[in-house]
Amino acid sequence: MKLLEYQAKEVLASLGISIPPGRVARTPDEAADACASLGPVAVKAQVPVGGRGKAGGIKLAQTPDEARAAAQQIIGMDIKGFKVPLVYCEAALDIAREIYLGFTVDRDARANILMLSAKGGMDIEQVASESPEAIARLYPNPWRGPLDFELNALVFDAGLGELSRPLVAMIKKLYRAIPDLDALTAEINPLVVTRANEIVAGDAKLEIDDNAMYRHRDLEERYGSVVEGDPLEVEAKKRGLTYVSLDGDIGIIGNGAGLCMSTLDLVQRAGGHAANFCDIGGGAKAEVVENALAVILMNPRVKGVLMNVFGGITRGDEVAKGLVTARDNLHMKLPLVVRMSGTREEEGRAILKQNGIEPGASAWEAAQKIVELTRAGARA
Amino acid sequence: MSILLDGSTRVIVQGITGREGSFHAEQMKEMGTNLVGGTSPGKGGTSHIGVPVFNTVAEAVAATGATASGIFVPPPFAPDAIMEAAAAGITLIACITEGIPIQDMIRVKDFLRGYPAARLLGANCPGLITPGAAKIGIIPQRITRPGSVGLVSRSGTLTYEVGSALSAAGMGQSTIVGIGGDPVLGLTFADVIALFEADPATDRLVVIGEIGGSDEEHAAELLGRGSRLKTVAFISGRTAPEGKRMGHAGAIISGNRGTAKSKEEAFRRAGVAVAETTDQIVGLLS
Repeated sequence: MKLLEYQAKEVLASLGISIPPGRVARTPDEAADACASLGPVAVKAQVPVGGRGKAGGIKLAQTPDEARAAAQQIIGMDIKGFKVPLVYCEAALDIAREIYLGFTVDRDARANILMLSAKGGMDIEQVASESPEAIARLYPNPWRGPLDFELNALVFDAGLGELSRPLVAMIKKLYRAIPDLDALTAEINPLVVTRANEIVAGDAKLEIDDNAMYRHRDLEERYGSVVEGDPLEVEAKKRGLTYVSLDGDIGIIGNGAGLCMSTLDLVQRAGGHAANFCDIGGGAKAEVVENALAVILMNPRVKGVLMNVFGGITRGDEVAKGLVTARDNLHMKLPLVVRMSGTREEEGRAILKQNGIEPGASAWEAAQKIVELTRAGARA
Repeated sequence: MSILLDGSTRVIVQGITGREGSFHAEQMKEMGTNLVGGTSPGKGGTSHIGVPVFNTVAEAVAATGATASGIFVPPPFAPDAIMEAAAAGITLIACITEGIPIQDMIRVKDFLRGYPAARLLGANCPGLITPGAAKIGIIPQRITRPGSVGLVSRSGTLTYEVGSALSAAGMGQSTIVGIGGDPVLGLTFADVIALFEADPATDRLVVIGEIGGSDEEHAAELLGRGSRLKTVAFISGRTAPEGKRMGHAGAIISGNRGTAKSKEEAFRRAGVAVAETTDQIVGLLS
């Protein structure tokens, strides 16, 4: 789960990190009120993607009227597919310098990496490619966390030695987001040093591991429902499915991410366009299959559905039963091509045949078949 | 011959009395795997599907001489199960469990540094199978046949797809290894390829990768330094839109490395044939 900036800042504040005074505004009037009490503010779109400044999602406001006008423009705006639900009005900082500080997972090292750079405020990826030596790095021990002397060395490495005491203290606070909150990314960029020599989080990015949500129900309850993403993705999530909306017209159901992705590739190769990625995962039960089909059929663009199931832990008979029930319950009339094999495939195929659904032979043939059927507008 | 697992390997299943553990332990036994026991805390001293059940892995190892384990316990308990297996002297650990938090796996990986003999597959992997001899995990035996093609893959179901196509074409497999789809894994492509390279019974190799991370690029670099294996690579996720998450936490595109294009180019530079669909793999391997 990617937290919005104001949510991430609330979490940082709970870890003892200083954040600028700010208020959430859901309406232009609330933004004007926020400015009236905070003074000049930055009115910032709250969306879980980067690049909102370039998209016009951040505006400075000196007066309540300006804040109202800015919020009027920003709330409801579409930024990279996200409708802006609210803005965060934050008091402007008196910036002396900007630092980059971030923890993330280094997949290659199979470890968390801590990065610190005196070149904050800009895209860290650009710094990483243009002057990698400007980023000091540390792989903290995942059991005990970083020790003071390690952090001290890091701070001096980054050329920030004069700030070593406050920075070491701050990094230790931010680190708590890793073991305590299962953060995959905990980043402050810029970390602002004000002219009054305070260290304040100028922005914040926090991503919590979805696999660990079972131990962070409080965060999910508090922050999970603020952003309105794609309505089908929201519906799929409620039903516990891994679903990503795409822009084509062929619904896809597969089990396993790799198989599902290669099914998308095959459909495109056959000249079609997938409407979604939907992985029903291992051990898919009848109700999961029905849920998947139900969500896919909610998409008015969908002209047909291709289901590709190769069973290991997934049992073919359960998948087939679910599919037949789902088709009947949903009164599905669109073409449906099913490619199924693996554990208990004979039983599964028999169930499909008894119910008038012909199983496709190979994934490639099935992909060609669904493309042909959706083009013809025929019924399978 | 094979890598990692053969018919004499003594195997246990952690979580043997659970629904999935029980179902798959039986399948493993049915194909001839030397399944010597299982663990289920509190059920020690009983027997299940014809093998003894122990409370701990250490007890199971002491009583049976097991050296390999398949883990089928739920995500909140799986990280501890992996570490328990390593601490008990198990040298091949296949963790089938899907959905383990990444921070848990990072701690597990650090713990395993203290047990260099312990090799971990996964988590979130289908395990491995040496056709006609033994398997740990959930790869269906029926899609395999004994032979000399090594198959290593990040995906579960795609592995079955390709294994099935190879078998149908008469290309049997020495061992099929699923390394798993999570961002933080045990054995890498390069680790497994090095084992196949050293296995005289393997003469060809199929590598099935997917978008995300750079393990495929590292594998390509290894193969590019010289290999006796005729190799075909396939990458899934060519049409995945950037920045969209496709289920595996691993399949997130970041930077230049990690895209299907980057991975395919790395393999081509290494002189490895790249299949554009799984259907092309058999032809390219002939």
